[in-house]
This record gives sequence, C-alpha cells and structure tokens, in this order.
Amino acid sequence: MDEAITLSVRDLSTSFFSEKGEVKAVDHVSFDVPHGSIVGLVGESGCGKSMTARSIMKLLKYPGKIVGGEILLEGRDLAPLGEGDMSLIRGEEIAMIFQEPMTSLNPVVPVGKQVQEAILQHRKISREEAKKKVLHMLEIVGISEPEKRYRCYPHELSGGLRQRVMIAMAMICRPKLLIADEPTTALDVTVEAQILELLRELRDTIGTSIILISHNLGVIAQLCDYVYVMYAGQVVEQAPVLELFDNPSHPYTRGLMDSVRSLRRGDEKLSTIPGAVPNLLRLPQGCRFAPRCPMAGEDCRRCPPELSRVGEGHLARCPYARR
Amino acid sequence: MLLNIGKRILQALVVLIGVALLIFIMLRIVPGNAIITMMGEHANPEAIERMTAELGLDKPFYVQFYTYITGALRGDFGTSYSLHVSVSSLIAQAFPNTVCLALSAAVVAWLIGIVCGIIAAIKENSLLDRLFMGFSLFGVSMPVFMVAMVLQYFFAYKLGWFDISGVSDWRGFVLPAIALGWNSAGSIARLTRSTLVEVLQEDYIDTARAKGRRRMGVILFHALRNSMLPVITMMAVQLSSLLSGAVICETIFSINGIGRLAVDAISGRDIPLLQGTILLSTALVILGNLVADCLYSVLDPRVRKGD
Ligand SMILES: Nc1ncnc2c1ncn2[C@@H]1O[C@H](COP(=O)(O)OP(=O)(O)OP(=O)(O)O)[C@@H](O)[C@H]1O
Ligand code: SF4
Ligand SMILES: [Mg+2]
Repeated sequence: MDEAITLSVRDLSTSFFSEKGEVKAVDHVSFDVPHGSIVGLVGESGCGKSMTARSIMKLLKYPGKIVGGEILLEGRDLAPLGEGDMSLIRGEEIAMIFQEPMTSLNPVVPVGKQVQEAILQHRKISREEAKKKVLHMLEIVGISEPEKRYRCYPHELSGGLRQRVMIAMAMICRPKLLIADEPTTALDVTVEAQILELLRELRDTIGTSIILISHNLGVIAQLCDYVYVMYAGQVVEQAPVLELFDNPSHPYTRGLMDSVRSLRRGDEKLSTIPGAVPNLLRLPQGCRFAPRCPMAGEDCRRCPPELSRVGEGHLARCPYARR
Repeated sequence: MLLNIGKRILQALVVLIGVALLIFIMLRIVPGNAIITMMGEHANPEAIERMTAELGLDKPFYVQFYTYITGALRGDFGTSYSLHVSVSSLIAQAFPNTVCLALSAAVVAWLIGIVCGIIAAIKENSLLDRLFMGFSLFGVSMPVFMVAMVLQYFFAYKLGWFDISGVSDWRGFVLPAIALGWNSAGSIARLTRSTLVEVLQEDYIDTARAKGRRRMGVILFHALRNSMLPVITMMAVQLSSLLSGAVICETIFSINGIGRLAVDAISGRDIPLLQGTILLSTALVILGNLVADCLYSVLDPRVRKGD
C-alpha cells in the first residue's frame, strides 16, 4: 500500500435499482487522492460525481447500492463496512460538505450547536470545551464575531457564511479527507473565490486532502492538483491539472474547454457540445460519447474504449486521443 | 415574545366578544319563543309579559347585549331558564369533567398518534408500517359515536372492566377518552408519518449523517423537531372537533360535562345556558390555538423572527 495516498478508489461501481432497470450511475471508477492534495472531479450534470462522493461516504439513498470495487482509506477498505463502523469514520476521518448551504443546515438548530454536535460525536470532551473549539474553528473559517454567530439560526446567515459554517463543521475533527460537492455552485462569484481560497488554506494548514467536485472547469483549474473528467458514470480522462489544461486529449474534455473559452470570449454563438448526456438505462454499445463525438468512427460504436496512456500520468478513454 | 402573547390575548378577547354577539343575534332570530316554551302554550299573556320584562327581554337589543357582555366579563352569565340557577355555577360543575375528558383524549391521541407515526416512518413500507397505517385509516374513518358504542359494548357491558356510564373515578374516563381520541390519533399518526418521511429526505439529514450521527440520533435530534411543526398546527385545528366530539361522548357515557349542558340547553331553549357553553367552548379553542402558536414559535426560530 502506498503510504502517500489518503484515499484510493478502485473499480467503484454504484447502481440504482429502479423499476425500469439497473442505472449504473458510477461504473468502474478508479482514482487516487494523495496526501495533502486537491483532486477534482469534473463533468456535466448527471455524470455521477455526487454518487461517487456519496458512495465513498456510504450515504447513498435507496435504491442506490455499491455493487463492486474498493474504497481504500489509508489502505482500509470501507466498502464492506456497516452503518456502525461508517458512523465512526464519517465526520472523523472523512467529512463532506454539500452544494446547497441553505438546506444542508438544520433550520431549527443554532449553527454553533450543529458544529458542536460534530465534535461531540467523536471526542469525549465537555460541552464547554467543545464550544471553545467550535468558536476557534468558526474563527479559522473566517467568521467574524463567532460568539454572536454561534447562536444564529441558518436563516439569519448569508449563503457564504452558511457555507463557512458547513466547512467549520466538516473540519472540526481535522479529517484526513474532505469531500466538497460543488461547494460554491450556489454562491456568487466573489464569495466563491473566498470559499475556494479558504479550502486551499485549510489544506495547507491542516493538511487535509480534498476531493473537489465541480462542473466548472475554472474552479477546478484554480484549486486542483489532479483532475478526473467524468462522463456517463465513467472516468474518461485523468491528468495533473496543468497537463490537462495544456493537452486536453479526450474529445469530451476538449468540448468542455471549448465551451468555456467561447463563454469567456463572449462569442455570439456559444460553442457547446451538441446532444445530451445518454440515458444510463440505454447506453450506446461502444464508446458512450460516440453519439456526440465529432471524431466518432464505426469502430467507436462497436467496442467500448479502455483508459490508455497519453502522457506522464495522463490517461484518456479514447484510442484517438490526441497525444 | 411576551408582548406578542399579550397582543394575542387581546385579540382573543375581541374575537370572543364578536362570537358572543353572533350567538346573541342568532339565538334571537331562530323561530320559537323561549318564554312560551318555558311557561307553556296556554300561559296567560300578562304573565308572559311580566316574565319578559323580568328577564329584560323587552329592552332594545343593544342594551340587552351590553348588559350581557358586562356581566360575562365579571363572570356572570345570567340565570338558566330551565334550572333556575346561575349559568356560571352549572358550568363550574361541568367544566372539570370536560377538561379531564378532552385532555385525556388528547393525550391518547398524541401519544398513540405520534409514536405510531414515528415507528411507521422509520420502518417505512414494512409490515409494521402497513399495519399502523391501515389501523389509522380505520381510526380516521370511524365516527366518534360508533367507536364509543363499540368500546362501551365490549369493555363495559361484555367484559365489565369499566362502568357503563358516569365518572365516579378516573376509570370512568378511560373508554370515553379512547373513543374521543381515536379519531385524532389516526390523523396524527398519518401526518407524523408523512412529514417524518419527507423530513428524512432533507439535505440536513445527510449533513447530520455525514457528521457521524447514528440513525436514532438523527431522528431524535434533527428530524423529529422539524416534522412536529405541521403536527402541532393540526392538533390545534383538531381541538374544536375534539370539543364537538366531547358532546357526543358525554352523552353516550352520561358524563356531566359542558357538551351535555349544551345539548340540554338546546332542547330546553335555555338561551343563557347555551350562550355560556358556546362562549366557553370558543374560549377553549382560542386558548388551544394560542398554546399551539407559542409552542410553534419555541420550536421554529423562523417564526420567532418573523413576528
Ligand atoms: N434515485 C435514483 N434513481 C435512479 N437513478 C438515479 C437516482 N439518483 C441518481 N441517479 C442517477 O445517477 C446519475 C448520477 O447522478 P449524480 O447526482 O451523481 O450526478 P452529478 O454528476 O452529481 O450531477 P450534478 O452536477 O447535477 O450534481 C444520474 O444521472 C441519475 O441517472
Ligand atoms: S472513442 Fe471514438 S467516439 Fe469515443 S471519444 Fe474517442 S473518438 Fe469519440
Ligand atoms: Mg451532484
């Protein structure tokens, strides 16, 4: 086992067993999160980013189920663990923050209490001691007047402050890994930049590794060390961040980048990837991206491509990926 | 908060006076003459006139109303036409019984309703859930008088566990309380279940679990308080149907309560007594709503702020 890896996900598959059949939301996904790094998961809506994150926390909603693979936290496989064991790990070793800071906090409990709850859950300390730690943590995440905010209810705080509270809650036990599922999507641009900066600071000071989920390539570029691009439940490209932005290889990644560039240039006609994400119940036989791919050929439609090397630590799921 | 309660009590007083006025008007436009009913068809006209004057019924309407209201505010609701004693003393005798009945029915309803609702929600779609929900449908759809008579037949008449009628001790309240609470228990169980199931889907439940909270902690600390909000509103709304159910229960189990007084007052055209009982029931419903509002604002900080 590699000592420098916090989390190693191997061939993770998660399915929803719906009435219409099995929906393979996550399909043989593998990735590594090295100690102290920020790893990005990026992709269009519905590509399985959140389900990957929830699988790691084992917080899937019925009828979702992990059907295969390993989730190795410093070498220990979480996949077979039950609720009891997972509740010792959640919040203590792996923490998670969610997209919507308004609905992610309990509306009828003061926010300080909600943060305090996280530490009392895992540490045998007195309430006063816990409160002191909470106030300190609130200060660390950049909340001024923590004593006053401690007693506030979620609806009395702005979106940015609420997300800071969520981060304080997630970080108070100093977890090994933080999963941030679109932490800034609901916030405006200035607040977004502040929150991203805060995440980077926490990584630097506390040393927590971070999985950052986003559909925004700009956010990924700002913060991540490694990037995994997902499409229809699979990883289609993975690379260190500079390499990915210098040499996007998979046609899907290139499409994503074109649309960002076109947006930035303010083109009259926005360049977007034509077509839509395939229905996971009726996936194409060969390459899942083939129906939308400008380079698709006959063989693409026949057999599904494997991830293959295109450069140093750079893999793409396409035989025609540009090297 | 205190200021708010003060305001609400003042509001309640205004509502009560309005209700009193309404009853006052209505009881005077319904056909039939109370005096004639009292004295018999063939009483001589002079006697009727004398009686009318004695009761102040010859005075203009607003004078009558003013006299009544000022009396009522001092606790004097007039004298019963049929029993010839003060209405307040009749009510004072009957009131404790009704309060006992209503409170024990409410406890039955809330305890059974909430506990069953929670269990059904936690074990959603299980056999237990279906059993409870089927049972509660039974509760919702059975009228009070039917439950009362079934209980009376089996537990009092057949098995002899309880007295068939009257309330000589607490055991006398058991069957009426169950009969009266049964209905609300059913609807509270259904509402508790559905709101709890909904609340358990909320994002903050995921957050709580992501902190490492276990199932019971999540339910007790995070879900229950949120899911109780609509239930409290419903309990307050049900209070008035509980009171009208009490009328039926008191009649079937021969309990000397407000409901029975009202029934007697209606059949005897006893206007002062009827006014007194209606006014008191209205006051009870308003009080119940006030308590529910206070409870609601204690539980929900968003309401506290909004006021
Ligand atoms: N309850 C469910 N039943 C069936 N399929 C589901 C269910 N929940 C999610 N899925 C499937 O899982 C897929 C992945 O969803 P996921 O939430 O992981 O997407 P995402 O990448 O996080 O998208 P977004 O950017 O919108 O958050 C969806 O396309 C959907 O088809
Ligand atoms: S395998 Fe073919 S269809 Fe798929 S991305 Fe590559 S070129 Fe496009
Ligand atoms: Mg998502």
